[in-house]
Amino acid sequence: MTLIKELDYGTPIRISEQMVTLTIDGASISVPAGTSVMAAAMKAGTAIPKLCATDSLEPFGSCRMCLVEIEGRRGTPASCTTLVEPGMVVKTQSDNLHKLRKGVMELYISDHPLDCLTCSANGDCELQDMAGVVGLRDVRYGKDVANHFETTSPLALLKDETNPYFTYDPAKCIVCNRCVRACEEVQGTFALTIEGRGFDSRVSAGGVSFLESDCVSCGACVQACPTATLMENTVIAKGQPEHSAVTTCAYCGVGCSFKAEMQGNEVIRMVPYKDGKANEGHSCVKGRFAWGYATHTDRITKPMIRAKITDEWREVSWEEAIGHAASEFKRIQKTYGKDAVGAITSSRCTNEEVFLVQKLVRAAFGNNNVDTCARVCHSPTGYGLSKTFGTSAGTQDFKSVAKADVVLVIGANPTDGHPVFASRLKKRLRAGAKLIVADPRRIDLVKSPHIKAEHHLALLPGTNVALLDSLAHVVVTEGLVNEAFVRERCDLQDFEVWARFVAEDRNSPEAMEAFTGVPADEVRKAARLFAKGGNAAIYYGLGVTEHSQGSTTVMAMANLAMATGNIGRDGVGVNPLRGQNNVQGSCDMGSFPHEFSGYRHVSDDSTREMFQSMWGVELSNEQGFRIPNMLDEAVDGGFKGIYIQGEDIAQSDPNTVHVTSGLEAMECVVVQDLFLCETAKYAHVFLPGSSFLEKDGTFTNAERRISRVRKVMEPKSGKAEWQITIDLAKALGYEMNYTHPSEIMDEIAALTPTFKNVSYAKLEEKGSIQWPCNDKAPEGTPIMHVDRFVRGLGKFMITDYVPTEERTGPRFPLLLTTGRILSQYNVGAQTRRTENNVWHNEDVLEIHPFDAEQRGIKSGDLVSLASRAGDIALRAEVSERMQPGVVYTTFHHAKTGANVITTDNSDWATNCPEYKVTAVEVRRTNHYSDWQEKNNREEIDLKKIAPHVLAAE
Amino acid sequence: MSTSIKIYVPRDAAALSVGANRVATAIANEAKKRGQAVEIIRNGSRGMLWLEPLVEVETAKGRVAFGPVTPKDVASLFDANFLNTGAHPLNLGLTEEIPFFKNQERLTFARVGVIDPLSLDDYIAHGGFAGLKKAVTMTGASIVQEVADSGLRGRGGAGFPTGIKWKTVLGAEADQKYIVCNADEGDSGTFADRMLMEGDPFTLIEGMAIAGVAVGATKGFIYLRSEYPHAYQTLLEAIRTARAARWLGPAIGGSNYAFDLEVRLGAGAYICGEETSLLESLEGKRAIVRAKPPLPALKGLFGKPTIVNNVMSLATIPWIMANGAKAYADFGMGRSRGTLPIQLAGNIKQGGLIEKAFGVSLREIIDVYGGGTHSGRSFRAVQVGGPLGAYFPESLLDTPMDYEAMAAKKGLLGHGGMVVFDDTVDLAQQARFAFEFCAKESCGKCTPCRIGATRGVETMDKVIAGDTSKLALIDDLCHLMTDASLCAMGGLTPVPVMSAMTHFPDDFNRAPKRMAAE
Repeated sequence: MTLIKELDYGTPIRISEQMVTLTIDGASISVPAGTSVMAAAMKAGTAIPKLCATDSLEPFGSCRMCLVEIEGRRGTPASCTTLVEPGMVVKTQSDNLHKLRKGVMELYISDHPLDCLTCSANGDCELQDMAGVVGLRDVRYGKDVANHFETTSPLALLKDETNPYFTYDPAKCIVCNRCVRACEEVQGTFALTIEGRGFDSRVSAGGVSFLESDCVSCGACVQACPTATLMENTVIAKGQPEHSAVTTCAYCGVGCSFKAEMQGNEVIRMVPYKDGKANEGHSCVKGRFAWGYATHTDRITKPMIRAKITDEWREVSWEEAIGHAASEFKRIQKTYGKDAVGAITSSRCTNEEVFLVQKLVRAAFGNNNVDTCARVCHSPTGYGLSKTFGTSAGTQDFKSVAKADVVLVIGANPTDGHPVFASRLKKRLRAGAKLIVADPRRIDLVKSPHIKAEHHLALLPGTNVALLDSLAHVVVTEGLVNEAFVRERCDLQDFEVWARFVAEDRNSPEAMEAFTGVPADEVRKAARLFAKGGNAAIYYGLGVTEHSQGSTTVMAMANLAMATGNIGRDGVGVNPLRGQNNVQGSCDMGSFPHEFSGYRHVSDDSTREMFQSMWGVELSNEQGFRIPNMLDEAVDGGFKGIYIQGEDIAQSDPNTVHVTSGLEAMECVVVQDLFLCETAKYAHVFLPGSSFLEKDGTFTNAERRISRVRKVMEPKSGKAEWQITIDLAKALGYEMNYTHPSEIMDEIAALTPTFKNVSYAKLEEKGSIQWPCNDKAPEGTPIMHVDRFVRGLGKFMITDYVPTEERTGPRFPLLLTTGRILSQYNVGAQTRRTENNVWHNEDVLEIHPFDAEQRGIKSGDLVSLASRAGDIALRAEVSERMQPGVVYTTFHHAKTGANVITTDNSDWATNCPEYKVTAVEVRRTNHYSDWQEKNNREEIDLKKIAPHVLAAE
Repeated sequence: MSTSIKIYVPRDAAALSVGANRVATAIANEAKKRGQAVEIIRNGSRGMLWLEPLVEVETAKGRVAFGPVTPKDVASLFDANFLNTGAHPLNLGLTEEIPFFKNQERLTFARVGVIDPLSLDDYIAHGGFAGLKKAVTMTGASIVQEVADSGLRGRGGAGFPTGIKWKTVLGAEADQKYIVCNADEGDSGTFADRMLMEGDPFTLIEGMAIAGVAVGATKGFIYLRSEYPHAYQTLLEAIRTARAARWLGPAIGGSNYAFDLEVRLGAGAYICGEETSLLESLEGKRAIVRAKPPLPALKGLFGKPTIVNNVMSLATIPWIMANGAKAYADFGMGRSRGTLPIQLAGNIKQGGLIEKAFGVSLREIIDVYGGGTHSGRSFRAVQVGGPLGAYFPESLLDTPMDYEAMAAKKGLLGHGGMVVFDDTVDLAQQARFAFEFCAKESCGKCTPCRIGATRGVETMDKVIAGDTSKLALIDDLCHLMTDASLCAMGGLTPVPVMSAMTHFPDDFNRAPKRMAAE
């Protein structure tokens, strides 16, 4: 393997049907109109010298290295800012050009330290390269001149080492502005600028340190920097990487492609991959920098077992651990019946691994007791979109947002949860698209640099359906329905029933205002904008699904999109922002108790027969237990054994006390994970998992995009996840024979119509594939429902607003809603083991100043947060992002126990928990809660590992 | 009761700086004391700056000038019955017969110094709004053609044909277009924009409105340097007045055209006089130069098609529209048509504003209008066209003021500024100053200007200290800055340097002097 280097065309390659032919250095080349001379030359194989140009950024024209001569034009125009014209004759080399470039380089080097050999960019420095290209041999300005690099120089500035992941060294800055432009154009944060003017110019994080600044540490600036001015600390410490592999990030559902840049088995840095379709070369702080958890000393790398959870863990061989788990499961099934065991698949594992776990349950356990964490996040998406459109997935690719004119973001906080998508969205918004935000909180998208939502519909938690129905009411009653679309593409009878329903007065914005708290006039304006503003796209997150009416909300969005004709082309659609890296994939792979891969019901005989013949066993036609059923059954004594792969339900699932009671009631809990997580406290067998760097496989992101995960180091435990499942299946008496995950994918393709043409060979060739990928769509499907809905005609569903049973009252007068923040991820198992803690080292309770004032609460106070389910204590942060009556916290830190508060309420259709609405009371306190105290004790008591016994002694 | 006599005391900043306000007060007080009915009108300056404060008294024969007047002179003026053309040492006769003034061709400045700058009636009485009234009856294309036919070229310095710029904006499809007036007059020794804005602001407003009508722009901005507080107040009041009288607003001059104006203040950066930098600043950003293309005419302010014109260019438009393209084009020489408001400054006896048809020689301006050096020593050099213009020696003074003729001598007209030096000037220090000015004012975007200017100062210091071997490096650096800089700031900085080295080589040959001293 070698280091993968993407070609840099210097300026973006434009998309145009019109081609322009010109001559560069005597050779003729045709490029799309709008392309720069620089990019055209690169296409023709000529690399014009450059420093300020890179093709992720708009041309800037500052370095003056790329000057060329053009016949019939005066002077020496810059090739980056000069667009191609038909018949243009360009010379990229001449004596004069050489002299100018050398002269520019002489100026650069006159203000640059000559410490190349000890410089962190040595081997990867564009300034060094260009000095070589122009043949600079001498700097005639002398040594006694003004400069920024000698420590004694009055212009010298101190290094900024405040960011934990990268260092800013002003001495090396060549003021190319690439970092500043990347922060603006790519990331959209506008944290960086140039301070001073003329010779004094230097990059600055707005006059404060990088850590204190608005910087979100996405790494775009570091990546854009052509010198050692902004450099990863790992490269400073270890040196340049020598080989790399393209892989997929293991954090959120955006599914960014990265190059894992390595020295031997060690990751030096993760660099976003330009050809990755999900991210197109961009990244966020998690994927870019927060990968240190993968080699953290907390990793458990030896299998362990124990008889009961209060025992110390005992390290054992793989054979013993697998054998023990298998015999326990067999014993339990023999004693308590076939249905007394089950499994949970992981949305953090690969498709292949998920597929094997569900296969193990169905084929080896002989029941359908398999579920996945999508149960607690996007199960309503699957249900709602399947009912209305006929498929359980988002309709668009991320790129589609570039064509949207109106974007409705509801129940999602993309700048924190899906930052790389947020950057795309913000780019489009800066270019003029209008934004509607429906969220109880004033999230960053509502107002941030160069972004302002046209409408912020600050609804009360739990009233999404009321809001969407009232938006639809306006569409129907004000004649804004796209009748042509509805007539052609949807079931008319259903539409008419639905239209009569939403047109009822009780669904008007004026009537619904009592529930949502959103002024009716604002709703009407937003509805008109959505219906008439051009391409309208909906993006949503868990603020939609994690409600008692989660599935209803998804269907209400689908109704709205269909009624306004916003389905089936670029720039529109209903788009879930998926939580975990492979939550789409884990659902696709048949993780639900009622569905085989490809969302086919277990009771469907023909499907089941296909699986039976491939797998060689009888399969149950009865739907199995969902996670909440398993836990309820466990508490009731009927469910005794579980195999949990890479999910931490003791932290992530609602009503923690109920979850842990269920786990405690089981006789064999097998946890497969990187770390001794919260759930492992209740486990009897621990199987050490492998990180995404240690295995081959695929992840499927929110765009239905299947991307490769590539192994860059050996599994620390000796086995990749999929191998463990195979071993367990075998020990249970069911043969599984795969030598490589590609063979598992072949089986998936053979059994799943939407994956029919997917293979590792095709992935290798195309980079990634969006399912459906079959004979009808041999290259995959970027946008769904183009000519017809998957189910045929789009189906309008009646979406009656039914208020949640979780109500505020005298005892619990506030509503708690939960979410996440940029630097931490989900249960925090990964990010808490990185330097990301400098941004967020504890969960805090955000509370509006009014509510805080009434309770005598100031920022930083320890407060008790209590609901009907339980209570915890955490620090308060008074914030006007909240609306009065609503408080907010994150669930990233196990020690906080945010889910001790959340309740058993769940979505009527899918049991997705109602995380987003809990009636609570907040008051000042001086101690942590009983649960927290107990949890702290158990953190030690239930995680003990027996010391090594040296056999030789 | 006798009708009151009109007395004109300029409100122009140049006049104020030498006490015009105190003179006006003294006249009012003295008149009151003597029971004399007078009406004091605060006009713009006539441009004869060595005569300021220049007080004028209206008579049947015309306005009679007295100057320079100090408050102490006021009593004696009354004693001499100056209100009735009495004899007094300061009596200069009829203003318009003063040779400096009489021999000019005042088109753009026709009303400056004549009218009350903020009197709309006065403006209209002197032909104001005739151009706009005509324009609103014409198509955009025919207005643009008229401007093109006049031969008007950008007076900011670049000399780009105004009609072509307008035509590009006219042809651009957009939901919004803008007219931006570059009033960031930063060249040393220049003041024509200020004088016009203080002395006849409605002309600029009218010119911008015509531009708006011509290309379909409904919004204009005047980007004014913050060092012009009087011009700022005058413009604000003039805009308010024009808006109240519906010469600005949704239906200008009763037409179907909408146009409105705002004044925005700069923050003291010379580079904001460069049009793209100005646009960045106007958008509220750090003022750095944009690469062209795209041209501001197609992607200008907030990305919309924008006319960016200098004050002089826009203020000349009403005259052209009122009198016709041909009348304007009849003035001038070669490809430089019309008149140029020349600003004569530096070491000069009679400094001021001289509007002349193109073609007048440098020598005529300096000797005939300027009357030679202020110090009385012999002339050595004149820098024409601001800090980025060339230093010309005596031998080049017959060069006519014409874009092409100046360029042929490796010089430029720029914004029409001339700064005169006597024989005490050290041209090596002036060359160093050119680099220093660039280093101080560079926006810092492109490398040749950002680093080159500073290296220029350092290297020139070495030359001045006697290291003539560095002259070759200066030569290379000048070549680099000329050919490789992003904008005219870095690109023209070598002009004063190279002209000084070419025409005054002795000043750079320091080594012998030092050896002689030893």
